[in-house]
Amino acid sequence: MTEHTINLARRGGAEQAEVFAAETEETPVLFEANRLKQVNRRQTSGLALRVVKDGRIGFAATTRADGVDELVAAALEAAPFGPEAKFDFPPSDTYPSVDVFDPAVDEVSVDRMAHLGQSLIDALRREEAELVCEGRVRKAVQTVTCLNSSGGRFSYRRSVFTVSVGGTLVRGTDMLFVGDGDSSCRPLLDTKAIEESVARQLRYARTTAAAPSGEVPVIFTPLGVAGALVAPLVMAFSGRTVYQGQSPLVGCLGKEMYDRRCSLWDDATVPFRPPSRICDDEGVSSRRLALVEDGVVRSFLYDLQTAGLAGATSTGSAGRSGSGPPAVSPSCLVVAEGDTPLADMLKDVKEGLLVEELMGAGQGNVLGGDFSGNVLLGYKIERGEVVGRVKDAVVAGNVHRALRDLVAIGSEARWVGGALYTPPLYFPRLSVASKS
Amino acid sequence: MASLLPREQLEEALRGHDADYVEARLDDTVTNRVVYRGRDLEEIGRTRSFGGNVRALVGGGWGFVSFNDPSDLRIRVEQAVSQARMVGGEPVRLAGVKPVVDAVPLTVGKDPRPLPLAAKKGLLDQYNEIVWSTPRIASSNIVYSDAHKRVTFASSEGSFLQQERIDVVARIAATGRKDGDVQQASLSLGALNDYAWFESLHDQVRGLAKRAVELLDATYVKGGTYPVVLDPVLAGVFCHEAFGHLSESDHIYENERLKELMVLGRRFGQPILNIVDGAAIPGLRGSYAYDDEGVAARRTDLIRDGVLVGRLHSRETAGKMGESPSGNARALDYRFPPIVRMTNTVIEPGDLTFEQLIADIKEGVYARNWFGGTTSMEMFTFSAGEAFMIRNGRVAELVRPVKLSGNVFTTLMNIDAIGDDLGYNQGGGCGKQGQMPLPVSNGSPHIRIRECVVGER
Repeated sequence: MTEHTINLARRGGAEQAEVFAAETEETPVLFEANRLKQVNRRQTSGLALRVVKDGRIGFAATTRADGVDELVAAALEAAPFGPEAKFDFPPSDTYPSVDVFDPAVDEVSVDRMAHLGQSLIDALRREEAELVCEGRVRKAVQTVTCLNSSGGRFSYRRSVFTVSVGGTLVRGTDMLFVGDGDSSCRPLLDTKAIEESVARQLRYARTTAAAPSGEVPVIFTPLGVAGALVAPLVMAFSGRTVYQGQSPLVGCLGKEMYDRRCSLWDDATVPFRPPSRICDDEGVSSRRLALVEDGVVRSFLYDLQTAGLAGATSTGSAGRSGSGPPAVSPSCLVVAEGDTPLADMLKDVKEGLLVEELMGAGQGNVLGGDFSGNVLLGYKIERGEVVGRVKDAVVAGNVHRALRDLVAIGSEARWVGGALYTPPLYFPRLSVASKS
Repeated sequence: MASLLPREQLEEALRGHDADYVEARLDDTVTNRVVYRGRDLEEIGRTRSFGGNVRALVGGGWGFVSFNDPSDLRIRVEQAVSQARMVGGEPVRLAGVKPVVDAVPLTVGKDPRPLPLAAKKGLLDQYNEIVWSTPRIASSNIVYSDAHKRVTFASSEGSFLQQERIDVVARIAATGRKDGDVQQASLSLGALNDYAWFESLHDQVRGLAKRAVELLDATYVKGGTYPVVLDPVLAGVFCHEAFGHLSESDHIYENERLKELMVLGRRFGQPILNIVDGAAIPGLRGSYAYDDEGVAARRTDLIRDGVLVGRLHSRETAGKMGESPSGNARALDYRFPPIVRMTNTVIEPGDLTFEQLIADIKEGVYARNWFGGTTSMEMFTFSAGEAFMIRNGRVAELVRPVKLSGNVFTTLMNIDAIGDDLGYNQGGGCGKQGQMPLPVSNGSPHIRIRECVVGER
């Protein structure tokens, strides 16, 4: 099918063509109101075609098995108006070996998944009887195949297992939301870490404390880092925003922009993490790419077209979401851990905040690195102790400035959502606005 | 439109299963998309998405199977039934509805489908050129798409429905830059079954680019609590975020505490506040004839004279709560089961002119246009696209875009004046449980909130 599509595109006048095929079979098991509610099974398959005709790129995608002729026609029709191609599709390469498939994932039975989710929810309800939980245990197997007219070809299988749980506690008009989860290419049959994390959230939030106001010390947990800081940070490392002059890091390659203890990698070779892969979605080999090393900006992320425009080389950072064309996107992000245990960070704070989740963090000037959001889950620290949950407080800052001025980087890093590995981060002062 | 699978074939596949209820839904969508980033066209192309699903209810559990290849439909139904059986638990009773057989004709204003890609791209070129001809513009971003979607639905109760729609949407953003400072202004627009509006945005785009540049010279509002007047677009988003999601019964129906909180008859606002939702309000992005459970669209009063009088339902939530289904069960596409969603959510107009709304405000904020918004049900936060100070009863200087944040219940009570106009925001897409962007619209007059926390970004 893929070869046939390439031939059709060539016959239609394309100089170059690339077909990307993905097939996914997933089984999500869903819990609502503390119990198993729905067992789903989703099969998706699709073909995406890029052609280069008269030097310009046309794109089309279809989920119809009988839609190849239509697919080729649509891509060729778009090409005359498309962007000028600044690359050639890459020929075959020898790819690194990256483990992202474990047959054990598909072998986990639905019964086992149901049991896993239910026992996690039951454990949390032993912690807090009035908690109303929803949850999801999901297994998936994906097959990716790509073929291009330069002779490039790759194919691999990926398995993904995800467990996530969220709980709501309502008292009058007061609402508390807790939750956590993990995702891996291997079965996650031990949910102890998720259970402990949510239990700690419940413990910390048992009482409510008045939020501090002004410039105060703020510690972000790994969940807090993932939710509020990563999006504005990573956007600045996209070769596309750099090329367009919109990144605050334009002209900063090789410069020390952050605290010397800061290092950040984009690593598509971490074994058994869902974003890992032998090569990116255009067939460029995966690698461990230093974005920041000891505070110095080392690299930006590029796909083929952006690299061509910017006079750079693809870093193997092309990703596709859904049925769209490839675009610059990170794989696994790894923030280097430091040497300060969270307990020591807390002890160091006279009055401040410990943040797990900010609501609406991505609404501001994300391009410029700003983050700002209402504390959905966060706690007040007083004289070295967590004294209760904080409500109705807005934390704001700029991630690029904040990472220049850090008190400490945590020693307890963890994976958040399967794609980010980060320790807690402790900032000496961020703006906190609260009603009090 | 023709059925996406022959009716006999669908009905045959659904017949004779050991299940309380079975349904199948197929959809076929063709999307054209053009994206400009800066001066460069970044993406142009067409996506065809065809697939289907089967949903089965057995006892207290649902089984759901989705696929791209619709052959062997009967086997998929069996799969969904056996998955549902695994769930067990207390039986679910769906609220009863009369089975309907209908093929809803598509009424199109100006149809984007026959237009060549060149014509659409030509318009985008013009708009992009307008943005770039404005001094101090650093970047632009335009996303245009039109999507023609056809849906066929059949249920074991005998419903058989065919519907189609065309969603035309555009988002246009301009970024101004002065030294290291960057400011953005944006427009999100859309319409159901019509392309004509997209051909005459020149003045709006010019205004947008000008605004992005003017913001560079604007000052920040001093953060604090102010009387705030919202324009129809922002008031509509506020209503959707702050109240609309609370009225979706799937949050409530199995949570005793939330049921107590959302009890009908509870006062949520002043007697001037009236809020409705309904896909039966015609011609808007959230309009349709039947929802994705085959329930006829209607208009549901949510708040009448400040008091909670209704909520949004699927057949399951309505059955469980002993209320009538409201036609609000919607699915993004064939990959998802229907869940309770808003459609067109409207604050009804009052009787005050804009001048009267602001007349007795000594110092306040006039916030316009939408940038983003989210809610946790208890708390909300949303961003205005532009803002002005109000001083001594008049609109005064432009300030940098503001972020409004606060407690939903307090803020709804604080709505103390409602304008006599009505405007719709049709450019938004709603997200819930991974299903995004679902077409909705929000409508509202200008409204005044007695006091609201305003942040500077």
